[in-house]
Amino acid sequence: MIQAGVRALRRGAGLLWLARARSQPSTGAGALDACPLAISGLSVSYGEKPAIFSVDVEFPSGSLIAIVGPNGAGKSTLLKAALGIIPKLSGRVEVFGKSIDDARGNVAYVPQRASVDWDFPARVIDVVMMGLYRTMALFALFGSAERQRAMACLERVGMADFADRQIGQLSGGQQQRVFLARALAQDADLYLLDEPLAGVDAATERAIMDVLKGLREEGRTVVCVHHDLATVRDYFDQIVFVNVRKIASGPVEDVFTDENLQKTYGGRLAATHIDKLRVAAE
Amino acid sequence: MGTEFVQLSLMPMLIGVLAAVACALPGNFLLLRRQALIGDAISHVVLPGIVVGFLVTGSITAWPMMIGAAFAAVLSVVLIEAIKRLGRIEAGAAMGVVFTSMFAGGVVLLEQSDTSSVHLDVEHALYGNMESLIWLAADGWGSLIDWAALREMPSQAPRLAVVLVLVAAFVFTFWKELKISTFDEGYALSLGIPALALGFALVVVTAIAAVAAFDAVGSIIVIAMFICPPAAARLMTDDLWVQVAWSVGFAVLSAVLGYLLAGYGPLLAGFDHAVSAAGGIATVSGLILAAACLVGPKRKRVGVVREG
Repeated sequence: MIQAGVRALRRGAGLLWLARARSQPSTGAGALDACPLAISGLSVSYGEKPAIFSVDVEFPSGSLIAIVGPNGAGKSTLLKAALGIIPKLSGRVEVFGKSIDDARGNVAYVPQRASVDWDFPARVIDVVMMGLYRTMALFALFGSAERQRAMACLERVGMADFADRQIGQLSGGQQQRVFLARALAQDADLYLLDEPLAGVDAATERAIMDVLKGLREEGRTVVCVHHDLATVRDYFDQIVFVNVRKIASGPVEDVFTDENLQKTYGGRLAATHIDKLRVAAE
Repeated sequence: MGTEFVQLSLMPMLIGVLAAVACALPGNFLLLRRQALIGDAISHVVLPGIVVGFLVTGSITAWPMMIGAAFAAVLSVVLIEAIKRLGRIEAGAAMGVVFTSMFAGGVVLLEQSDTSSVHLDVEHALYGNMESLIWLAADGWGSLIDWAALREMPSQAPRLAVVLVLVAAFVFTFWKELKISTFDEGYALSLGIPALALGFALVVVTAIAAVAAFDAVGSIIVIAMFICPPAAARLMTDDLWVQVAWSVGFAVLSAVLGYLLAGYGPLLAGFDHAVSAAGGIATVSGLILAAACLVGPKRKRVGVVREG
């Protein structure tokens, strides 16, 4: 009765977006044959200058992919436009061969940690349970089943002991792990993370990379905006160089070259980066 | 505390409570979105809306004025967004520009038009006139179950009750969606929650609450109730549910205590006039916020640089 009533209410109240969001079956194994994320001719502009311009890139399945480029190169914009969070000027985005709106149940996003107000009145567990939103009905409240699933995700990032902490009391690294746990709760096949290693401590960096590598072992695809060129070789299999346009993309061993760094970062900045990398390599 | 209380004080208190809660509920989310000023903006632009509603229809019945006010509220939100985007001006400044100029326009309109014969003036707009919301048909507490007497109660009471139900229904129906999109709009959008439409809906609901409350109690209370109870409640807890519950409690307390203090306080203190009930309620809500700042368990120093 209640179920039927809720369904009728959804139709009647024009809340079709909610119904649609939940009626989607989670993508089966067959859909994974399609490219997890294919972007073509994507341009985005804030005002007059393009933030990214005519980017074509395909992210191969089951890999750990870094997006690198200088500040203001449009790395975060690329993720947001792929997710349909910001409007695109032109171009196409396909997620597992479908439009992003039809694939949302299979994509998890980790925004930049600094993009939210951590003084928000919520505990760690509340934030992680947000990742279960798409599996919940309109009026349903988060219950013990959701709590258990969220706890399992917190366990994976080593934050189970902090479940009832107010989020404002966490360190930067702990906040980042909570964001990762929230994405894990979505149980997606494509993960898009914006600077997951920015400003975190060494222990957190290890914990996060262990989880991301684990996701790759499970055949999932993980895309990270990444800023630390020194760790690219250790952490990632694929790299995409972006500076408004796409400069290069492919396996790290083929594409992570002085030439591409030069093209992406330009002049002296690149020289410093390359020198640092040499020092790091020795 | 018998017939006289029911006739003179019950309705203003009830209306004050309904208005306070209807404003405090959306106020929680406005506060967390750092949009608290939008309640202020909306309650100011209601004035020109009411004046235009009067000029167009020539009537001072509630509905034309409320429609005019609602229209002005939506117009102001659109103007604020337009100024923000086209002029690339920060949100607070855009709100400030819109609500002061629309309020000033309303004052000019009011003075130019022939509204002197009706009860419509700037003071009324600011303080409302709660003391006039009397229920003469009542002859004691028994009137609360007497249909004939109930039909004679000030129309603001049932109207605000309907608005409160609407506001509460919106907040609790979309609780999860409001919570996620308030905390992390980008993430909400990535889940497919229409966060931008929801944000606009919140502002519309705020406008409805402001317009209905303004008519009964004036803009001072409206502004105070959007901000003070939620802000004080935030200092009491780190849980959103509990925060909303505290804010409702503080809103009720402000309305009841403020009304009683304004009505009876000065008399007890030896003065011979009661003071404005709206002023009393707004003042009490401010004092509650001050007390929460001093002793609230979750107050913290802001501006302290935290370790990254």
